[in-house]
Amino acid sequence: MSETLIKIRGLKFSRGGRVIFDNVDMDIPRTGITAIMGPSGTGKTTLLKLIGGQLRPDAGTIEVDGQNIHQLKTKDLYALRKRMGMLFQSGALLTDLSVFENVAYPIREHTKLNERMVRQLVLLKLNAVGLRGAMDLSPAELSGGMARRVAMARAIALDPMMIMYDEPFTGQDPISMGVLVKLIKSLNDALNVCSIVVSHDVYETMSIANYVYIISAGTVVEHGSPDEIRNSHSEWTRQFMEGLADGPVPFHFDAPPLLDDLFAGSGTRRG
Amino acid sequence: MVDILLDRIQGLGRGTLAAVSRLGRANVFLLEVFAGLSGMLTRPGLLIKQLFSVGVQTLIIIVVAGLFVGMVMALQAYYALVDFGAEDSLSVMVVLSLLRELGPVITALLFAGRAGSALTAEIGLMKATEQLSGMEMMAVNPIERVIAPRFLAGMISMPLLAAIFSAVGVMGGYLVAVELLGLDAGAFWSQAQAKVELFEDLGNGMIKSLVFGFVVSWIAVFEGYDCIPTSEGLGQATTRTVVYGSLAILVLDFVLTALMFGK
Ligand SMILES: Nc1ncnc2c1ncn2[C@@H]1O[C@H](COP(=O)(O)OP(=O)(O)OP(=O)(O)O)[C@@H](O)[C@H]1O
Ligand SMILES: [Mg+2]
Repeated sequence: MSETLIKIRGLKFSRGGRVIFDNVDMDIPRTGITAIMGPSGTGKTTLLKLIGGQLRPDAGTIEVDGQNIHQLKTKDLYALRKRMGMLFQSGALLTDLSVFENVAYPIREHTKLNERMVRQLVLLKLNAVGLRGAMDLSPAELSGGMARRVAMARAIALDPMMIMYDEPFTGQDPISMGVLVKLIKSLNDALNVCSIVVSHDVYETMSIANYVYIISAGTVVEHGSPDEIRNSHSEWTRQFMEGLADGPVPFHFDAPPLLDDLFAGSGTRRG
Repeated sequence: MVDILLDRIQGLGRGTLAAVSRLGRANVFLLEVFAGLSGMLTRPGLLIKQLFSVGVQTLIIIVVAGLFVGMVMALQAYYALVDFGAEDSLSVMVVLSLLRELGPVITALLFAGRAGSALTAEIGLMKATEQLSGMEMMAVNPIERVIAPRFLAGMISMPLLAAIFSAVGVMGGYLVAVELLGLDAGAFWSQAQAKVELFEDLGNGMIKSLVFGFVVSWIAVFEGYDCIPTSEGLGQATTRTVVYGSLAILVLDFVLTALMFGK
């Protein structure tokens, strides 16, 4: 493992009374692709938001590039964020701007490049995700998968030191999925950055990851290189990787036994 | 029995706490918006765009409403005054009520319904679709880029719209009084000119609409920014903008009127 870029220690976080992270430690290297996998609803998106400083942990620290994210002044936090790219699960494109302007947005906000250079940069980024032809469309005219690729072009617009991808593959057809997998890999190698890929797509993600974290029920269940994970003896890991319904991984959100609930009378449990 | 009572008391306490903390958030938010206003110096384009969608697009409804309110005022004033043979003072009644009350208040109410609700819905939707989070992650302060221009545009638009409302209202009054009821045009204008004070009437009306503009814009952008990011939460926030906005206007109108004219 190369030098650590993101160091998470003793992370605790709960939301609405539910514990989402309980004492999580993680080290994410400065270069290479780190995959974070886990069942739906374990808090993968939440983890990215914690790293980006949008949420505050209840306890523990998150250091990015040696700086404790949650103790930075707003100005320093923003300076750090300029070096982070984030691809939101929903894309989060600005709906009142065209595709072109969306990708140009961070460039215009943070640099003083002239119009010609902005245009060249944007076209290059859009070309990288295969959507140069869509530059005049508005976000409402894109499919979910296309919107995510535009968001990806935007995330790399400022050549960040790290890129966080939240579910980059969902909603992609097999071809663009393959293209995206390669794209993430080649972007990572070309820019020599830290890529964090959150995904359920075990096979695709494992094929490009250098290191894998599997989280569930608030803790890191397993971590290691893809080979180590594949050969894991943990029943839990095997179940997740192979997508079996039976095993230690719960499919259900925490709840009392079904029968109890069915006969518990009326109303919801929150009362 | 005791249980139910305790439940009620608990609910009351929880509700009060929630309301107070919301009020606190609204105030902190306002300070952040003020801090964000400086960003407009470098990007006047943002403000101009909002002036268009907040102000210009509200113009039609203001003009139509102003025209009819002025016309109705003239009719009512005529019926009230004609018995005393004082119909020449009709214009005074129309102009004063427009400048002091109807202009600022009706404009603000229409503004809350038309522009305020649209502001809340737009900002709330941006929040629900993670556009605001997305900006934060791009190291762009959404309060500076999204909220502040809308807030300022609302504050600037309101007095202008109220002025237009009153002006059009006076025209409407003139139409009814002179063209329909056959009163003397010269008397219409000279009476109004003689009785309307620049500061007392026009100035105080302006102050009112400035205050309304501030409050309605504040409520509208806060409700959008603070909404629960679901379709239901968004609907509730939009409704709250109109309800709280309208109530605030009416209450403030009373307070301001008492302060200004109650000597
Ligand atoms: N705004 C919120 N308020 C309260 N709880 C929330 C909120 N957002 C998410 N949660 C809870 O936090 C948990 C983790 O959510 P998160 O979105 O991080 O999951 P995820 O791992 O990204 O899931 P998915 O793979 O489906 O995207 C969920 O169980 C959810 O119930
Ligand atoms: Mg998620």
